[in-house]
Amino acid sequence: METDHMTAGADGWDIVFRDLTAGYGNRAVLSGINAALPGGKVTVILGGSGCGKSTLLRHIIGLSRPIAGQILIGGHDFFNLPDKDFRRLRRRMGVLFQDGALLGALTLAQNVALPLTEHLNLPREVVRRAALRVLRMVELEDFADFYPNELSGGMRKRAGLARAIIAEPRILLCDEPTSGLDPITAARMDALLKAMHAFYPAMTVVVVSHDLASLDVIADHVLVLRDGAAVFNGPPDELKASSDPYLREFLRRNPGDAGNLAHTPPDPEVSAALARWLEK
Amino acid sequence: MAFPNIPAAVGGLTLRWIDALGGFALFLAAGLGHIFTSPKILGRTLRQLYVIGAQSLFLILLIGVFCGMVLGLQGYYTLVQFGSVGMLGSAISLTLIRELGPVLTAIMLTGRAGSAMAAEIGVMRISDQIDALDVMDINSMAYLVSPRLAASLIAFPLLTAIFDTIGIIGGYLTGVLMLNINEGAYFYRIVHSVTLDDVLGGFIKSVVFALCVASVCCRQGYLAHLRRDSVGPEAVGNATTSAVVVSCVLILVADYVLTSFLL
Repeated sequence: METDHMTAGADGWDIVFRDLTAGYGNRAVLSGINAALPGGKVTVILGGSGCGKSTLLRHIIGLSRPIAGQILIGGHDFFNLPDKDFRRLRRRMGVLFQDGALLGALTLAQNVALPLTEHLNLPREVVRRAALRVLRMVELEDFADFYPNELSGGMRKRAGLARAIIAEPRILLCDEPTSGLDPITAARMDALLKAMHAFYPAMTVVVVSHDLASLDVIADHVLVLRDGAAVFNGPPDELKASSDPYLREFLRRNPGDAGNLAHTPPDPEVSAALARWLEK
Repeated sequence: MAFPNIPAAVGGLTLRWIDALGGFALFLAAGLGHIFTSPKILGRTLRQLYVIGAQSLFLILLIGVFCGMVLGLQGYYTLVQFGSVGMLGSAISLTLIRELGPVLTAIMLTGRAGSAMAAEIGVMRISDQIDALDVMDINSMAYLVSPRLAASLIAFPLLTAIFDTIGIIGGYLTGVLMLNINEGAYFYRIVHSVTLDDVLGGFIKSVVFALCVASVCCRQGYLAHLRRDSVGPEAVGNATTSAVVVSCVLILVADYVLTSFLL
């Protein structure tokens, strides 16, 4: 496999799904996915809870094998590569997990430097300098010697992003980078991702999210999943102009029928018991 | 009501047991294999040696001295009926070196260090930390399991030896200092009754117990996400409980099997 020619400045790696059926064991969560995520662009994978976004991400990073179909990364059939090439290809990916997935026993600098300390025989001060550089990029340089449990959720995510990029990956994958963050911190995270992509323009960035606010800021391309199927794959402008009823409701955050609230009054026996308990 | 299909149930249970045993053997083999192939094993093993060994030392000293003291008391009041109190040194030292030292040390380490191994690795599993290691092309078995196995293989025999020694001193405290047995007779009997085979047998037991405890506890944590009875933090709790229970049962079963071969 020729992966080493993919140096900085080369074209980004496409990610292509061909008839992909994926899930856990024999239970398919995604079926018949055919889509291409363009190389060197930021793709946002959108969809409601439980639609298979995180499952798709786990398959792209090789943590689960597809039930059927193929995932082509940079033209290589990822799951049919020999083990050595599979690992070589995966080394070129950086992953930001939902809560950062930082190792609790290591400081931020040690966490961020982990890919370097484990795989390269560089002097300690060089590794530390590299860790501080990426921590500076995510504005966490002053927290280099803190442990993950001493940081907020947003800081852990930024540190996770720093670790994901320290080995200068060809593909950056982010699982819900803004979930659980307040609007300002979420906006900063989006801005950071955008700036990161500007710094590494050949990097293919895939962001799994259900945060519509992120769409306008970071997306060059959008893949929308619904009930395990791809219902849209294209640029954000096309998504916004779509006449598909589901997509329009999704973008408007229209909940549809909110249920029969008016026809489901509380049980009088429970209400009476509650009233007695609350008066105690 | 349909009758349960007993042959199918027995067959299914047998297959699950064989599957679990095979999984356990592969896990242990992979963990041991990485001890010899992982280039950065030394530093991680030293850290685990501190956690499993040094941090358990006080507990082992405490349990060891009281165990020896109780053996001294019980042994004295049993032997005095036969006019053989001079044999107290023999009784205490052989009981400790052959049986109680390796078994009690392993059970104490299961409760203190084994449960921590299962819980720590389990938390790492459910919080994506092990997935993160795999994605960074860092072998999670070599990073997490092999150092704990290696450290256990060093710490268990050392702590067992310390337990035996401190237990004999505990027996001295009750037998010689409290119950006035002759000090020379106490130590003379120890020197003349304990053979190299006894020490070697205790050493073999402690090594086997180390393998059982470390591999069971690490495996329970490592596979916490695959549990059928629970998910998330509850799975880590159940994995830790299972790790301690299975390890303790394995220690006692392995002790019986080893004793039957060593005697």
